[in-house]
Amino acid sequence: MKPTHSLTRRHFLNRMAAFGGTALASTLLPHAAKAGGDLTVGFIYVGPKDDFGYNQAHAEGAAAVKAMAGVKVIEEENVAETVDVQNTMESMINFDGASLLFPTSFGYFDPHILEVAPKYPDVRFQHAAGLWSADLHPMNVGSYFGYIGMGQYLNGITAGHASKTKKIGFVAAKPIPQVLLNINSFLLGARSVDPEITCQVIFTGEWSLAVKEAEATNALADQGCDVITCHVDGPKVVMETAAGRGAYICGYHANQSPLAPEKYLTGAEWNWAGVYTGMVQTVLDGGSIDNFVRGGLADGFIKMSPLGPAVSDAARNQFEATKAEIMKGGFAAIKGPLKDNAGNVIAAEGEAFVESDIALESMSYLVEGVIGSTS
Amino acid sequence: MSSSADIGIWGVPLAILGGAIRVSTPFLFVSLGECLTERSGRINLGLEGTLIFGAMAGYAIAYESGSAWFGVLAAALAGALFGLFHGWICRFKGVNDIAIGIAMMLLGMGLAFFFGKPYIQPVAPDLPAISFGWWSENPQLRAALQINALFLLGVGLAIFLHWMFRATRIGLTIRVVGDSTDAARAIGLNPNRVRLLSTAAGGALAGIGGAYLSLYYPGSWNEGISSGQGLMAVALVIFARWNPIYCLWAALLFGGAGALGPALQSVGVTSGYYLFFAAPYVLTLGLLILASSPDKALEGAPGELSITK
Amino acid sequence: MTTASGQKGGQFLAQGLPRLEAVVIPIGALLTGALIFSGFLLALGKSPAEFFALIYKAGFSSPFSWQNTLSRVAPLLFAGLCVALPARLGLVVIGGEGAIVLGGLMAAITAGLMLGTPSWLGLPLMALAGAAMGGLWIAAIGWLRIKRGVNETIASLLMAYIAIAVMNHLVEGPFRDPASLNKPSTAPLPEALRVGDMPIGIDVHWGFAFGVLACVLSWLLIDRSTIGFAARIAGDNIRAAQVQGLPVGKLILGFTALGGACAGLAGFFEVTAIHGAANASLVAGYGYTGILVAFLARHNPLAIIPVATLLAGIEASSGLIQRRMDLPDATILVFEGIVFVVLLLSETLYGKIPLFKHGFWSKP
Repeated sequence: MKPTHSLTRRHFLNRMAAFGGTALASTLLPHAAKAGGDLTVGFIYVGPKDDFGYNQAHAEGAAAVKAMAGVKVIEEENVAETVDVQNTMESMINFDGASLLFPTSFGYFDPHILEVAPKYPDVRFQHAAGLWSADLHPMNVGSYFGYIGMGQYLNGITAGHASKTKKIGFVAAKPIPQVLLNINSFLLGARSVDPEITCQVIFTGEWSLAVKEAEATNALADQGCDVITCHVDGPKVVMETAAGRGAYICGYHANQSPLAPEKYLTGAEWNWAGVYTGMVQTVLDGGSIDNFVRGGLADGFIKMSPLGPAVSDAARNQFEATKAEIMKGGFAAIKGPLKDNAGNVIAAEGEAFVESDIALESMSYLVEGVIGSTS
Repeated sequence: MSSSADIGIWGVPLAILGGAIRVSTPFLFVSLGECLTERSGRINLGLEGTLIFGAMAGYAIAYESGSAWFGVLAAALAGALFGLFHGWICRFKGVNDIAIGIAMMLLGMGLAFFFGKPYIQPVAPDLPAISFGWWSENPQLRAALQINALFLLGVGLAIFLHWMFRATRIGLTIRVVGDSTDAARAIGLNPNRVRLLSTAAGGALAGIGGAYLSLYYPGSWNEGISSGQGLMAVALVIFARWNPIYCLWAALLFGGAGALGPALQSVGVTSGYYLFFAAPYVLTLGLLILASSPDKALEGAPGELSITK
Repeated sequence: MTTASGQKGGQFLAQGLPRLEAVVIPIGALLTGALIFSGFLLALGKSPAEFFALIYKAGFSSPFSWQNTLSRVAPLLFAGLCVALPARLGLVVIGGEGAIVLGGLMAAITAGLMLGTPSWLGLPLMALAGAAMGGLWIAAIGWLRIKRGVNETIASLLMAYIAIAVMNHLVEGPFRDPASLNKPSTAPLPEALRVGDMPIGIDVHWGFAFGVLACVLSWLLIDRSTIGFAARIAGDNIRAAQVQGLPVGKLILGFTALGGACAGLAGFFEVTAIHGAANASLVAGYGYTGILVAFLARHNPLAIIPVATLLAGIEASSGLIQRRMDLPDATILVFEGIVFVVLLLSETLYGKIPLFKHGFWSKP
């Protein structure tokens, strides 16, 4: 296993970079010419792009970009977070002349985008949810994301009004910051209605595992949870199973109301169409996209599904009022006094983490009232 | 307010009961199908592919026709075709039935994913469930006792197959072929034809198991619909000792084990859930080790079966 | 003189014809599979010519395509060996995925214990740890087979599921790097413990070279050593081997351990050359593609090299086919499935084609 001590991968890259950027790419590789000056934009999804969830939300954004003049969109689905995605990115660049890429899964960032981006300084890599930082990461990489926790907070408000058992449920994939923020926001939204409400969480351990998601939903219903939401890649199974058990449902990622319109309260949806067309327009206009972009309801990064028929007037009023409050910016769901469910103080009286607070992106706790643990 | 009964820790046995009934059906059908095939002296490791293709075909046809039962029928037909194909290939000399099974698994999955793309989104009609919990006030129990007709069909089938192997001419024929090709030839049977039909019937059952996944529980078609039920069922047949009634118990055990992880989390046992989720696999392996024996062929094993030779 | 040359020719035929047969039949099967798949494409109104042209373009036409292909080969070589080595004893081990995942995890954990260790010491130790873990995992399956008669095919599969659960548990629990926020991983490897690319002008890491080396060594073991000879006898007929006094149990343990060690090395290279840490991305399905590789290579370690390269090239073209032909990603899976079935079916042809029979040539 003797490595090339003197020529590790990174040395090699650095040397290449010093050698004039894409020396290899421009001389040896079939660098496809851009057809007629069109901008080619590549979208890469980790799962099927019609999963009623994470990937569909991005694909809907891609569809909006497709409609723009002077833009060619190429897509690839079911691309694993392995050397596969590195090859897909390079293949889109070399064979299709893509100069703007949206690799949309979190796991694509480190090491895959960070490996490929330095080789193609003229290509822009826009990554969802990554924590880009100027000190650590290449300048042709950018990250963007939305404060979807706010959407789960609004979900929680409708859940708080709809719940009779005062127990709501959350089917989650893994205990990671994005997911924890959603669980906490969902409960805190519900507790803004009734501080007695608790939220049971069940982790399935995988982003997409149909039978386990159904079993988790049933276990929640057995424990008396009568409003259920989730954070998995494709919420279809959770929504259908929960509605089948008579629970109300709050959507996530995309609009799932067609699956059970009577039981659907509302949903926290991504609104990538506006974000993506905006970014592509910036490039078309010759501008450059900021490396670190975040936005919430007010910025059109996320949106709420239309309220369902089961939402009461009282719920509707509080929902609309809170939404208006969030639209003003600077709203904080996580604010003191607040403890986590192990009794540690998260925020003291008067302390608040507003939606844009970067600390929220490394959340590692479940707040008081959430039944579950992070490990 | 008994409807919102806080059942707490009782949720675990209840979830295991409910899970056993909900999750076991695919295991039951695939293992009965595999049992039938193996009794004739052949192993079909490709039932995972058949299951997944059955799930897709069942969902697609149910959606197109508007009838879930048409979907089940289509899944059974598709499964039978896969079985026939497997059976036909295995009649050639020098062809390894285990390897063909693996190849068919790949092909079945490939075809299912290929043709299944347009059916990820649409909502197909579900198979109906029969409520056996009407006598109880407890909603959780009532939910657990929502039993699908296919499960009942599977139970009936297990009993039927048991009777068939013991008391009918067809059953005897299959057993003779499974125990010795030469003996079967000697009494004028055509082993290849018996195996072909047994594999086809086994495939049809696996297809129905798949249709249960997509049309009832979890009740939608996507590429992650199966978590290896088709493969596990093959293991299950071994420690069920090729006995259809034992297949039923084994399938129930598995369904229950699968429900354990989420149920434990719901009552507050939250750490190590990956390990709880692995319970069905650990359980199968453990039982497989206990059921196997180094010295002699397994009791009840068909003599011609390649994996136990 | 005539007899001498006749003998020589006979010897040549006796040795050459089976070898020729072993090359011609798989290639014929591959072509037949491609032909059937072409029919499938035509039935769907797609162009087979375009399909195969895209495979060539994406996988084999330029330095970049070769990078695309070769960067995927390493794990397939190791995973193929994990199937092919036990297969010499007649064992069908299909759970190499488990050994890959745990081997990778063990390599990452070992690295975590050796921060500040120089490459020349740290990397071999990591590789050793990964190989040992993978070896133990698959050898356990061989041991169960010897001691309890447990069917290795099913045991290996169940063990793969268990291995993945154990890896997930450890990566998200005890060995999680708190800084790995949204993708739970072990601590990142220090730069000194990363394996880089080979100095060949395209980005292909050293795993490829070591994979090829492992194939060659495995071939020497199987084809050129007495141990390999004994294994082949045992693989043909265990009882006969036992009667001859061959240590069948030891052979099974040894070959499953070696196969598992190869799979463990695949995990090691994934961690050190690709991911830089162990996480759920180790579950990439290489173990299952390895089954296909080994069977297509008819369990011949040398044949694994071209077969793995060909399969890697085909898989490398999946994206381009998705984008250019508007076909789903499962297209490649269908193609592989068809080729696999046809190839296994072609096993029945050995010894039946007159062209490869000695008598065909020696008769006047």
